[in-house]
Amino acid sequence: MIEEQELKKVDVKDKFRRIWAWVKPYLLLDLLTGLSVTLRYFFKPKVTLNYPFEKNPISPRFRGEHALRKYDNGEERCIACKLCEAVCPAQAITIESEPRDDGSRRATKYDIDMFKCIYCGLCEEACPVDAIVEGPNYEYAKETRQEFMYDKQKLLDNGDAWEPALVERLKQEAPYR
Amino acid sequence: MTEEIKKIQVIIDDKEIDVPEGVTVLQACEIAEQEIPVFCYHSKLSIAGNCRMCLVQVEGKRNPIASCAMQASHGMKISTKSEMVTKARKGNLEFLLINHPLDCPVCDQGGECDLQDITMAYGPSSSRFKDNKRAVKNKNFGPLIKTEMTRCIHCTRCVRFATEVAGAEEVGAFGRGEDMEISSYLEQAVTSELSGNMIDLCPVGALTSKPYAFKARSWELTPTNSIDVMDAVGSNIRVDSKNNEVMRILPIANEAVNEEWLSDKARFSYDGLMTQRLDRPYIRQDGKLKAVEWHEAFIFAAKEIKKHNADEIAALSGDLADVESQFCLKELMDKIGSLHRDCRQDGAFLPMDERCDYLFNTTIESIEQADHCLIVGSNVRLEAPIINARIRKSTLHHGLKVAYVGPSADLTYKTESLGDKLSILNKILSGSHAYAKTLKEAKNPMIIIGQGALASPDGEGIYKTCRAIADKYGFVHDDWNGFNILHTAAGRVGGLDIGFTPGEKGKDTRKILQAAERNEIKVVYLLGADEIDEDALKNTFVIYQGSHGDKAAHIANVIFPAAAYTEKEALYVNTEGRIQQTRRAVFPPGEAKEDWKIIRALSEILHKKLPYDTRKDILSKLAKTYPAYKDFSRIEKGQWHEIKAIEVRRGMMTLPINNYYQTNPVARASVTMAKCTVGKKDSKSWEKD
Repeated sequence: MIEEQELKKVDVKDKFRRIWAWVKPYLLLDLLTGLSVTLRYFFKPKVTLNYPFEKNPISPRFRGEHALRKYDNGEERCIACKLCEAVCPAQAITIESEPRDDGSRRATKYDIDMFKCIYCGLCEEACPVDAIVEGPNYEYAKETRQEFMYDKQKLLDNGDAWEPALVERLKQEAPYR
Repeated sequence: MTEEIKKIQVIIDDKEIDVPEGVTVLQACEIAEQEIPVFCYHSKLSIAGNCRMCLVQVEGKRNPIASCAMQASHGMKISTKSEMVTKARKGNLEFLLINHPLDCPVCDQGGECDLQDITMAYGPSSSRFKDNKRAVKNKNFGPLIKTEMTRCIHCTRCVRFATEVAGAEEVGAFGRGEDMEISSYLEQAVTSELSGNMIDLCPVGALTSKPYAFKARSWELTPTNSIDVMDAVGSNIRVDSKNNEVMRILPIANEAVNEEWLSDKARFSYDGLMTQRLDRPYIRQDGKLKAVEWHEAFIFAAKEIKKHNADEIAALSGDLADVESQFCLKELMDKIGSLHRDCRQDGAFLPMDERCDYLFNTTIESIEQADHCLIVGSNVRLEAPIINARIRKSTLHHGLKVAYVGPSADLTYKTESLGDKLSILNKILSGSHAYAKTLKEAKNPMIIIGQGALASPDGEGIYKTCRAIADKYGFVHDDWNGFNILHTAAGRVGGLDIGFTPGEKGKDTRKILQAAERNEIKVVYLLGADEIDEDALKNTFVIYQGSHGDKAAHIANVIFPAAAYTEKEALYVNTEGRIQQTRRAVFPPGEAKEDWKIIRALSEILHKKLPYDTRKDILSKLAKTYPAYKDFSRIEKGQWHEIKAIEVRRGMMTLPINNYYQTNPVARASVTMAKCTVGKKDSKSWEKD
């Protein structure tokens, strides 16, 4: 007996669902739900940026384009110890060194293949003299492939161009290093 | 010889272990496989005990003891891991690091530095030292060794090496305590031929290699175990390369040959492998060399060879020629029908009935068992610095007495000079010389005959008289053979082994050159032979096969560029007759090919094809033909036999090596070796460097 009653109940439910499925589209409920979201966001403050003219703030730990820094007196910091080359997991860095005329150890070649680089930041962590750093710059789209093979001059120029930002960045990070 | 060595029992870290009596605590710990950090201790040098790094605890002793300087005694309870030891090591390292600069990033030793490694393993994580560090002025050690004396930790390994092993008392320590400084005496460049080993011995970066300065890091290099060919010692070397370039050469320890040492020429001449290289074939047309393709050069040479009778063709092999190429060239000459060939560029008299006729039979290792040594016309110091160091070691520690006949030479140890004329050998043989008495009493006497003596006009007389002396005074008995020929060329023993010598009625080097001058010989094939009188070959068609554009390449009509010793797998036989193999560390430059392949290719163009397609084919043929090449692990010497004595008539001779640093094409092309040559004459000229 109980089983029969149960079966009847299921039957009624099923019938009701079928009718609802037939009626629902004519009520335009889905459309109204969507429009309500639009309406809600219409009155909320805007979060998109007008990119080239407006920019997001970035963390001081942001790892962008690389740069080689110099000392205040213009002497390049890099001493070609090759620790960054050794630590680089993508093997993007190539360094060659030689004694300079004054007998100090300097890099004759410091190349970064920016296609290989995975922006992990291990190079700047390995650097004993804060020479190689990843700066806040992320706008360095280029037109040719060669331009992404950074050489020492390009990296030093980057360093010159971004020095104030790099110093600020290092200063902010100093307590945590 | 095999005395029963008494054993004593010691307890190291609660483990009982038997060690030979007389060993130090440090050695006992090494036997027990307990690592003890050391700086000043070195197994080949005397004990200094000044770094205090090897401290261990011994039960019953209040203080930790320096294990390198303490003899182990029976029942000693040694602890290498106790709290006291750990604390002592930590404190000691903190003291050492007080004055050691933390400039590891610019230091060439970084990555392979004992101080770095030991500090990582046992040292403190930070220093409490706040004051200024000590700074020391750098010293002038010559063109090979770069100094950074602030880094020195005063282990005095370099000083002990210079005085004990190299025998050149040129380096010492001045001042005491913190003011102690290591310096060469009078700020002179270090002139020893073994000076490069100080770089290896230095546990920190105080002494580093000048030619290698800042070139590469130890972790970037690819090591290849190989054999040195700069002299006939056959030192075992490790060729470190990077980007198809040899960056440096280091010794590999081999007790039987070079112990742990390497001569400066072997260590530093590698930059010659990059300069003056022949990287493509050339032919001479209208008096000018013209770069051509391989097949053109082959055809050019083959035409000339076919033009002439077999009797007008000769071949000479040089000092750096390997066994395979000499063997192939010999086979080719046989097929052409020429009997004029020689591997002895200096024309030394060397009979080759048995292998023991031209080998260093005593073997380098057994020099330590000899009690008397007679050196005949050889400046061993320049001809084989490693063997000289072994003789020196023997004179210092095993009571070897050395007598010397020939032009005066400074061998670094005490020698009894018997005169500079070799005719004295006659007197020694007849017994009328006072030295004959000494020889009679000797138990294990040995004689070393240099190439200079054998290449002198009366080489035959000298050789045979020495042979007779050896027979008369018991130089050869039981398992002792004291008759030694000291070779200077790495390729020569191999050449003699495979018979790269005149065939029946064939001409030797001297006669070939004379005949070439008379225009009786029209074509000469030079397999890296540069140490000959090129003027004699002016009117001859010269085929030069070699790695460097050296002397002989200038007179060549055809040049076949070949691989140097770091660029090929090849056999070299050292002066003892030990067969060893080089391995390829880098690829030959440009079009250059391995030597045997060039000869094999030429043979095909001459329609006299050699039946070898791979190096394996040559090796198996060598093993079949020559019993010595069956098993490289043992030295086959052949049967000792008597040779009739001939009197030495003209005893005059000259020593073969005037300038140690430039004896072969590779060394002559090396800038470092050129600097050393200048440095020898005027050591002050290096101060600017």
